Amino acid sequence: MAELVTVHDPRGFPPAVAAKPLAARLEGLDGKRVYLVDCLFDNSDVFMVELQRWFGEQLPAVETRVARPRESWVDDPELRAAIVADGDAAVLGVGV
Amino acid sequence: MALEEGGVPTVALHTDTFARLARSVARVNGMPTTRQAFVPQPLVGRSADELRGYIHGPDPIDGRPFARVMLEALTRPLDDADASGAGFDRSTPRLLEPDTEDGLRRRFEDERWTDFLPIVLPTEERVEAMLAGTSHDRDEVVGTLRPTQYREAWEFTVEKVAVNAVMAGARPAYLPVILALAASGVTARHSSTTSYAAMAVVNGPIRTELGMNSGIGATGPYDHASATIGRAFGLLSQNLQGGSVPGETYMGSQGNPLAYSHVFAENEERSPWPSFGVQHGFDASQSCVSAFLGGWYTLGGTGLRDGSWRETLRRSLHGCDASLGPALLLDPLVADSLVRRGLATKEQLIDLLAEESRIPARDYWDNQWNQTLARPRAVAGIEPFASHLAAAPDDLIQPYRTEDIHVIVVGGETTPTWRMTAAWYGGTVSVDAWR
Repeated sequence: MAELVTVHDPRGFPPAVAAKPLAARLEGLDGKRVYLVDCLFDNSDVFMVELQRWFGEQLPAVETRVARPRESWVDDPELRAAIVADGDAAVLGVGV
Repeated sequence: MALEEGGVPTVALHTDTFARLARSVARVNGMPTTRQAFVPQPLVGRSADELRGYIHGPDPIDGRPFARVMLEALTRPLDDADASGAGFDRSTPRLLEPDTEDGLRRRFEDERWTDFLPIVLPTEERVEAMLAGTSHDRDEVVGTLRPTQYREAWEFTVEKVAVNAVMAGARPAYLPVILALAASGVTARHSSTTSYAAMAVVNGPIRTELGMNSGIGATGPYDHASATIGRAFGLLSQNLQGGSVPGETYMGSQGNPLAYSHVFAENEERSPWPSFGVQHGFDASQSCVSAFLGGWYTLGGTGLRDGSWRETLRRSLHGCDASLGPALLLDPLVADSLVRRGLATKEQLIDLLAEESRIPARDYWDNQWNQTLARPRAVAGIEPFASHLAAAPDDLIQPYRTEDIHVIVVGGETTPTWRMTAAWYGGTVSVDAWR
């Protein structure tokens, strides 16, 4: 029978993860303001413009605003606060 | 997820290639049921009409129409899992359950704790012997690492670094260099889609103490210390940061062979200039290691001839990706030839390289990463990007700041060879502090 060997676990120590609930959903989007947040990846601005056009054609009762953070991959607290203050919903994209 | 926490129902759009990653990031942020919708990869290079087709087409992950999935994400009532989120407290044991050597080797591969080359199993005896290479306590926290800024940082101790050093085949005398790399905060398993690899340059007396080769074949597999320190940097990065698994915690499209090991000693003895470590605040009598990320482009040549040397450098710089500056690895023969051409200091050479790197503004902006990273800064008025954006298409602009260009002398003078490789400088760390 082969000898049993004891070895170290090579992994680091992960942090505890705190549970975070989703925000309550809307019953419908009519009359609501939806932020379309361009995440600034190359060509996502074009996608968001097309998405805004789609909303205008398909769901004209929804108000959409295209918004952009100040920098790529960096949190923009001002933009986030603005969306929380006067947005009803948000679509973020397009992350690769 | 921050918007959800602010009470705003949100849907995140991704391309389908990133589905596994997106769900994994949601899970480790405590919100595993984050609402997501997917479009086909890629967006880059697709016309407005094609992107419109994405919006009208199916979600390639869900299978239903993309628009329906997106709208439902904002309006479908929460279920119990949505309303509670999911927290968890993970831990990793100090020791694994005893097993046979073959069984442990299989487990290390199955768990993706290796680079798939044979490892030395980190037994208690071997790790104990490795720890003799430092005066630091085994339980001292060295730092944290993570594969990208979107993931949670994992913490690690001296002992955990020693475990990975054993696996790489390193000797105890190398441990101070490996600890310094671990403390740099630079992961050698970054998840950039451009397939970053890490490079590290060792300076000071530790080079000769460990028998590191800075001459013929210095950046190749020709000395034990360089080979195993580089491998240890990779293994400790993937294991101490919580993994480097393709599709989940690693997204480099092609991967990078330099990720196996790319650590070398600068040839200080044959360099006409102060070492990289001295450039960055260390005394020549002190030992240090400098960590870089990049390596997705590498180009080079031999000889810089009198009639064409400047033009050769200019063309080579223009062949580098304009979004990340290069490190130049110069054989001492090339360094000497540049001194003879009047470049008495590294700073003078770097100034010249920055000037020769200038390209038309249209070329600078016709770059995916400059569009993604530099353009938003330009629009926000941040210099020098704002001036780059204001430039006429034919105006020459300098893509790299002088601090984005690095010069290191290495090699054995068998021929005047040089390389340029993508290199983001992550910092220089004292090796002596980890002895």
